[in-house]
Amino acid sequence: MGRLLELAGVTVRFGGVVAVSDLDLHVDEGEIFSLIGPNGAGKTTVFNIVTGVYEAAQGSVTLSGRSLRGRRPHQVTRLGVARTFQNLRLFGNMSALENVMVGADARHRTGIPGAILGLPTHRAEETSGRETARELLALVGIAELAEDAASNLSYGDQRRLEIARALATEPRLLLLDEPTAGMNPPEKSALQGLVRSIRDRGVTVLLIEHDMSVVMTISDRVAVLDFGRKIAEGQPADVRTDPAVITAYLGAPTDAA
Amino acid sequence: MKGPQTGIVLIGVLLLCALAAMGASATTAFLLERVAYRPLRRRTTSRLAALISAIGASFFIQEVFALRYGRDILPFPRIMNKTVLFHIGSGEVRTDKVLVVLAAIVMMILLDRFVGTSRLGRGIRATAQDPEMAVLMGVNIDRVIVLTFILGGLMAGVAALLFGTFFEVTQYNIGFLLGIKAFTAAVLGGIGNLRGALIGGFALGLIESYGASIFGAQWKDVIAFVVLVLVLLVRPTGLLGEQLARSRI
Repeated sequence: MGRLLELAGVTVRFGGVVAVSDLDLHVDEGEIFSLIGPNGAGKTTVFNIVTGVYEAAQGSVTLSGRSLRGRRPHQVTRLGVARTFQNLRLFGNMSALENVMVGADARHRTGIPGAILGLPTHRAEETSGRETARELLALVGIAELAEDAASNLSYGDQRRLEIARALATEPRLLLLDEPTAGMNPPEKSALQGLVRSIRDRGVTVLLIEHDMSVVMTISDRVAVLDFGRKIAEGQPADVRTDPAVITAYLGAPTDAA
Repeated sequence: MKGPQTGIVLIGVLLLCALAAMGASATTAFLLERVAYRPLRRRTTSRLAALISAIGASFFIQEVFALRYGRDILPFPRIMNKTVLFHIGSGEVRTDKVLVVLAAIVMMILLDRFVGTSRLGRGIRATAQDPEMAVLMGVNIDRVIVLTFILGGLMAGVAALLFGTFFEVTQYNIGFLLGIKAFTAAVLGGIGNLRGALIGGFALGLIESYGASIFGAQWKDVIAFVVLVLVLLVRPTGLLGEQLARSRI
């Protein structure tokens, strides 16, 4: 198992505030890796650094040894990193299928001339893009909603659609930002199954998650952030019993009133 | 070949004129995007900045044409015979009017299909709704935006030819009021909705014409802009409009 994503000495500042401080983190190929921590710990900031939305003030970010620093978001996407959002960001007026096809388009090679001339290569790409999109909708379990406007889907289905859309860019690394937020227990367990099947397709998964039962069940490894620093890392069982983690989540015993 | 043409020659002349007009308009649109919009997009996300830049570019082009051709109304050659086909009440149905209406409908259908089904169309709709997200999905939005401008230029070229054929006059600033009317029609129909723009255009035209026959022709433009103000006050999303607020999370 090679290293897929590696962050070394990464620091991010917003004005005078240090959002992430001297962070070392690595995700191996084929892993399900969870990033947990209290609100404001810097988890989403890590996602934004990896995807090129923010640039780190210091440190290096590499994907299979290639630096991601200074790359624009669409370049990072093409290198094989996709993500979903904590607050859903679908193209609401487009159908579920079209949302996924936008992602698939990123991988296409033929351009406008091909479209106007109706070249066979272009049409083949369109057809395969559509097939891939349908396949991904089936994978996340919303195949029958393909033609519905994304904004008409239920909350849980919108989350699934975001995952399908992210997968359409053919990522090697998928970043999921609180995928089970707002889901009920049966939906949560279905989503865990989905995350596993995504990993089994060869996609490495890095997720931010608040629900501890989800984290402990599906993660291979877990890292805990607090105030932008990594305070623990390891197997779920070890992290759960780590005193620093318990302190971060519950407050130090000496603070108890 | 002077004077109006008929038959196959007329169709050929119209097509040639359309191609020339579309080429000129699309080239202008391409250059405008590069000079007046793209630099702003890199620096700011303010939509107001783009709007002000658009107005400035519009004045620049008008004045260039005023310097070259003067400020007077100029004649536009007659391309086609304007035969009265039949009457509806006291209204004449003439060949040129039929051409304008048919061409507008055909263009709208083609544009609607293109934006609705092609890959570029998907890119356009995705970029319009959430540019940041479109980028994260691997859409090259700079390319999508410049192609959208070119597409708009192609449509404007056909519109200019139809306008010239119908009114047979032109002037350095002929497009300015038309552009604002087109904007009004788009707002009336709902910004971001192609079918809405078509309906808005027809609605605005009818309101203007009937309004002018009631209040007098000098009130025509006043009526159009009263409509714009009323729509913005009462129903900012337009007749078929999308909820713009949704797309800006």
